[in-house]
Amino acid sequence: MVSPSVFRILRAAALAALLLPVAAQANEGMRLQPAPINSHDVASLQNGAKLFVNYCLNCHSAGYMRYNRLRDIGLTEQQIRDNLIFTGVKVGELMHVAMDKKDAKEWFGAPPPDLTVITRSRSSGAGSGADWVYSYLRGFYRDSGRPTGWNNLVFENVGMPHVLWQLSGQNTLEKKVFERHEEAEAAFIAAKTLARLDKVNESGSDGKMTTRYVLNSIVPGKGTMSGVDYDKAVVDLVNYLDYMGEPARLLRRQIGIYALLVLGLLFIFAFALKKAYWKDVH
Amino acid sequence: MSDQNVDKGKRGFLIGATGVVGGIAAAATALPFAGSMLPSERAKAAGAPVEVDISKLEPGEMKIVEWRGKPVWIVNRTKEMLEGITKSEANVSDPKSNEPLQPEYAKNEYRSIKPEIAVIEGVCSHLGCSPQFKSVEAKGEMGMEWNGGFFCPCHGSKFDFAGRVFAGSPAPVNLRVPPYKFVGDGKVIIGDDSKEA
Amino acid sequence: MAAAEKQPVTITCAGPLNGVASGLLTWVDQRFPLMSSWRDHLAEYYAPKNFNFWYYFGSLAMFVLVLQIVTGIFLTMNYKPDATQAFASVEYIMRDVWGGWIIRYLHSTGASAFFICVYLHMFRGLMYGSYRKPRELVWIFGMLIYLCLMAEAFFGYLLPWGQMSYWGAQVIINLFASVPVIGPDLSEWIRGDFVVSDATLNRFFAFHVIAIPLVLLGLVAAHILALHEVGSNNPDGVEIKANKGADGHPVDGIPFHPYYTVKDTLGVVVFLMVFSIIMFFLPEGGGYFLEYNNFIPADPLKTPPHIAPVWYFTPFYSILRAVPPMFNSQFPGVIAMGVSTLIFFLLPWLDRSPVKSIRYKGPLFRAALTIFVVVFLILGYLGTEPTNVWGQFGAWLGNADRATVVARIGTIVYFLFFVLMPWYSTIDKCKPVPERVTW
Repeated sequence: MVSPSVFRILRAAALAALLLPVAAQANEGMRLQPAPINSHDVASLQNGAKLFVNYCLNCHSAGYMRYNRLRDIGLTEQQIRDNLIFTGVKVGELMHVAMDKKDAKEWFGAPPPDLTVITRSRSSGAGSGADWVYSYLRGFYRDSGRPTGWNNLVFENVGMPHVLWQLSGQNTLEKKVFERHEEAEAAFIAAKTLARLDKVNESGSDGKMTTRYVLNSIVPGKGTMSGVDYDKAVVDLVNYLDYMGEPARLLRRQIGIYALLVLGLLFIFAFALKKAYWKDVH
Repeated sequence: MSDQNVDKGKRGFLIGATGVVGGIAAAATALPFAGSMLPSERAKAAGAPVEVDISKLEPGEMKIVEWRGKPVWIVNRTKEMLEGITKSEANVSDPKSNEPLQPEYAKNEYRSIKPEIAVIEGVCSHLGCSPQFKSVEAKGEMGMEWNGGFFCPCHGSKFDFAGRVFAGSPAPVNLRVPPYKFVGDGKVIIGDDSKEA
Repeated sequence: MAAAEKQPVTITCAGPLNGVASGLLTWVDQRFPLMSSWRDHLAEYYAPKNFNFWYYFGSLAMFVLVLQIVTGIFLTMNYKPDATQAFASVEYIMRDVWGGWIIRYLHSTGASAFFICVYLHMFRGLMYGSYRKPRELVWIFGMLIYLCLMAEAFFGYLLPWGQMSYWGAQVIINLFASVPVIGPDLSEWIRGDFVVSDATLNRFFAFHVIAIPLVLLGLVAAHILALHEVGSNNPDGVEIKANKGADGHPVDGIPFHPYYTVKDTLGVVVFLMVFSIIMFFLPEGGGYFLEYNNFIPADPLKTPPHIAPVWYFTPFYSILRAVPPMFNSQFPGVIAMGVSTLIFFLLPWLDRSPVKSIRYKGPLFRAALTIFVVVFLILGYLGTEPTNVWGQFGAWLGNADRATVVARIGTIVYFLFFVLMPWYSTIDKCKPVPERVTW
């Protein structure tokens, strides 16, 4: 019934829509490492919650999250009170932070952002927000040029110091310079640790522009945790942050399946009903 | 087109089936809408049990605390006040507290766990004003029958020190006793009577 | 033969009525045109029987409108239009209100779904000439609905008070500042402050929850009344009223109820399945339905690196960016953007083709419409990206951004589609239109 021209238009439109994003992939730079998190892993989420309240909640708030919501991840109110609340607030309270916003601004240049929905806000075309935070927490390196003594490969000149440094050890940055793009790209792909490829245009003394490629990669230090354990801890923390961004997510998907099942059944009847009536139409 | 081949039964069944499944879907969809009007987590957190230290509450003194946005009275009743409750027995409309306005453990003469400590919601059962404390000595104001209790300024309802309403008051029933429990030394938790510590 | 021609004029849908019910019905009917409205708009509104896939989107748009109104009402019960509380109140709805996240996702997904339905509905009109005489007013009311919808979406998008809400509103309101002479005062008047602020949020809330919806509902009523006055068009563009049977009803028409009610019910079910997949499994719509930056609270001191409007505005946003500043003013771009939306109003008079439907229009019109759709999609995509997304041309083109050049060409083509329509629709080689609808 639909005229062929309509299909032609649609096909052209679909084709255009398909081709466009391909053409957009051009920029080099950060390669986020996918965070191997599992939102069903309760033990990981609980460990992440513990790391969160111990290391993050001193400076960052999670001002939309209530402590007692952690019942979602298998904790009782008593456990939450005993293990996760250090400030003496009630279990139904929000995860506020004691630090004064003005002080924070003075110390870090900007008040540390609220972390409740950090993984949702850090999503981008380069990866999920969890990927970003995962890479970020593993991207700190020693930089004596920074006031805090730390810099970050993912978030250049970040104001935050490396809070987990005792666990991870003091990572450093390694720079390798390449003349040719292919070589740089190959080294980038082969890099075992977190890495970023920069394209640098330099004008020499003769005024001629030369392009170089700089591969920045993290050299792990030695901390109280082994590299594997540290990564595992970061995974747990990111898993928790990801859960906290949308606590209802698992329930949402579950309800979604029921909704689709009911709609599927409804479709069968509605389809048969339509057919039964449209038999009249000749 | 003709009506000859119309299978009325089939159509009827399909209308019914679509209606029933559609109705289920609609009802399920209505659930979050209706549910969104329930007290939220914030309201629940704000209405969480309140812990009150009553170790310094002198006999005859009253303390008013807020629980779920309502005033709750805690009175350390003297012997005289307790006797007043007994004396008022004949004048109150529900002396045995038959109306379920108190937890089971407070369904007794003094409407309390410990006779001397009264925990009563200070909200008049008539139209929700907050009655005032009137001591045993207030006979001049309250009449010679008065043995101490509470008086609602809005419409003149009278209650004894157990929160029982006097017959003839506009208020129909006794004042409500919230769930509560005693913990440790001299502390009472209002809004929670669970067994766990 | 037409469907229900043998059915009696009285209510067939209500089934057997018992005495009390029919008595009540008579009582009401003597005081209110209940049964006659039922007949005029449903039971005896004769619609062409050859509606295809594209004809679902009108009823779907209505369905989404109801969904948006109902979810909106429940959101206002917990939302706070206050710059210090707005962002938190949305998260409060998402976390602390029982079922709140479902209502919020229904509303945020519904906003995009509304535009998808309306765009497809409009495209249907373009294909089958539904704007042609005698349906000019149906089209005009429809266009007014579309404009209202854009205003509604724009006002509503500020309410979550995230970075994109804030800076999107800032950018759009600043467009008004480019109006000659009164511009700066005008944009201040719209904001009620020197920047987007609490005052802006409060008034946008008022517009979003009551002013625009009222107008929208009125326009929807007008759209449908006008349609039912002239009758529906169809994929063949044949007037079914020109061919009536002995009973006075169009031979190719069928009563809207029950035929299109059961068909549209099916449409709604299929729509809801797609909608549920997005809402329950991809509520952010890949960053297009809920933009990632909007999970950061509005910060008047920090502009996000890239500000893009929500996807349904991006074709027009592209046109705005494509027009270069002239006489040191952005105003020409603003004009171009305004005209690009308003020009649709003129369609009934720009199209001079002797036929309505694309099925019988010639190759010129078909090509024009195809190109227009492609250009619309390209402009839409470019509007979501920064202008350097495709890199730059070499020095031979002044190192211009490729995307900007494409957007400029696209903008010209966009306008040519309309401007040249009187010409190409006249000289086009049309096919003969059949007497009756094809079925």
